[in-house]
Amino acid sequence: MSPADSELAIEVEQLHKWFGKVHALRGVDFSVPRGTVLGMLGPNGAGKTTAVRVLTTLLRPESGRARIDGYDVVHDAAAVRRCIGLAGQSTAIQIELTGRENLEIMGRLNHMDRPLIKQRSEELLERFDLVDAADRVAKTYSGGMQRRLDLAASIIGEPSVLFLDEPTTGLDPNGRLGMWEILRELVARGATLLLTTQYLDEADELADTIIVVDHGQVIASGTADQLKDRVGGDVLEFSVPDRNLMDAALRAIAGITDASSQVDGETRRVTVSAGGKGSQMLVEAVRRLDAAGVETVGISLRRPSLDDVFLAVTGHAAEIDEDGATSRRRDRRTPAPAKEG
Amino acid sequence: MATAAARLAAKPDAAQLFRWAVSDALVMTRRNLIVWLRVPAYIVFTVVQPVIFVLLFRYVFGGAIQVPGVGGYVNFLMPGIIAQTAAFATFATAIALAQESTKGVIDRFRAMPIARSAVLAGRLIADSVRMLIVIVVIIAVGYAVGFRFQNGVLGAVGMVLLAEAFGIAVCLVSAFVGLAIRDEESVQAFGLIWIFPLTFVSSAFVPVATMPSWLQGFANNQPVTLVINAMRAMALGGPVNPALWESLVWLAGVLIVFTPLAVRSYRRVG
Repeated sequence: MSPADSELAIEVEQLHKWFGKVHALRGVDFSVPRGTVLGMLGPNGAGKTTAVRVLTTLLRPESGRARIDGYDVVHDAAAVRRCIGLAGQSTAIQIELTGRENLEIMGRLNHMDRPLIKQRSEELLERFDLVDAADRVAKTYSGGMQRRLDLAASIIGEPSVLFLDEPTTGLDPNGRLGMWEILRELVARGATLLLTTQYLDEADELADTIIVVDHGQVIASGTADQLKDRVGGDVLEFSVPDRNLMDAALRAIAGITDASSQVDGETRRVTVSAGGKGSQMLVEAVRRLDAAGVETVGISLRRPSLDDVFLAVTGHAAEIDEDGATSRRRDRRTPAPAKEG
Repeated sequence: MATAAARLAAKPDAAQLFRWAVSDALVMTRRNLIVWLRVPAYIVFTVVQPVIFVLLFRYVFGGAIQVPGVGGYVNFLMPGIIAQTAAFATFATAIALAQESTKGVIDRFRAMPIARSAVLAGRLIADSVRMLIVIVVIIAVGYAVGFRFQNGVLGAVGMVLLAEAFGIAVCLVSAFVGLAIRDEESVQAFGLIWIFPLTFVSSAFVPVATMPSWLQGFANNQPVTLVINAMRAMALGGPVNPALWESLVWLAGVLIVFTPLAVRSYRRVG
């Protein structure tokens, strides 16, 4: 099958991967149309990195099939490697080399000729805002600059499908925004992107389609809006500063809705699905909480975030190790099943 | 994306694949050599340390060690130090590969359309070049402290070539160790365990006859001694065989065993 025959950039069918006794991928299925962005969302250990490693020919699956641009990742690995770019948590740049030297080496390894390498390098340095730093060794770069250089290096060969394994993990907020902008531009130029992330807002921001992965399985998929609809309309949210009044608060709102409320023990923030009757419920909640003598802070109605989606489909909150950027509801988390290898 | 598509469309033939394999290996070689030259610590570790060894053995231990042959201890010492230098140089091979595999660099290369041989070949070529540079430096230092080749240019060149061949063989073992263990500290520790005894319990620094008899059996027959004896004969004169062909058999054996092992552990990285 040649690439031209396939409308799908990535096709994955019933992928299984074991590491010893750990069943890291348990029948993963999904596909990504050309020129679109798939966000793969899930906590640490969900199997995201394993899936990316199978799709980029670094791991052989035990069973199932995966094709990139129509090429099988196991039987046609060499062809797959000519179509893909990979950037991610680990960087392939050599910090003792300058930005320009790094790009040149990646260009040479992609078997491009010198004039093309030179032209592409200039373009990429310009686009990724690295012109001034181009002739400095990458050791002197900031984290964000190194990440941008790494991404530039991984797309110098103009891959048609790009895999990004947590491209913004460890970046500061500015670095993340900069990276998002670059990724949007790549997609505008026709690349297909598979992006794994633990950040719900990142998937929301960049992805056309999102799949939620947990325990090695795809447990939900759809557009960000479709997934949010699964939560069931708007979300009512408020905090109870006084710990002793939490029970009273929960009793007060229990009468309004069938949906159960989620409580974050640490921040004493209460979240409850408002269903279709948003504003009505808000008024009712304010009245009842007031009647019960519960003082609340920041009571509001909002569109559900992917955070809420994650909670709704997995039954546990998204979990972030380092900085807690996505969720602070650590009290409800379930242990991750497998170490990603 | 037209350019990429055009480049990707044709399935490369065998000749093309071979040209790519060569150019990929050379690109990796250049990358590795630039890194070596830009990190002062690597230079100190690979060049200064052997120089210090030459000076230490020449002036500190040398006076106490009686050796047969012309030119005294410094002539006896130099072939041994050169072989040891070649062997020690491979610590860097193992460490670099271990680092690259844990940091995910090798993974990134494996996901690219580069020859499967490129990472290992580039590492071995770069390390051989590095070894040659260090050997030349050591010989220059040796000349400054009294060492003289006694067997003509051909003998000298033969000695350097054998040292290189020996170094490459040890490099392959180190490459396998680095890729199999994949932890920088463990790799260093393991290197000490096998490289130190092999180089010291040999004819490198003292005549084997001065060792206790139970140790002589090992020292006389292990490959490092054979290589050093052959190197010494080439540098200073005297019968080169059987030490030379015995060394070559050993080196060939190491290549045959460890090439597939290193390649296999490279494929398994990650």
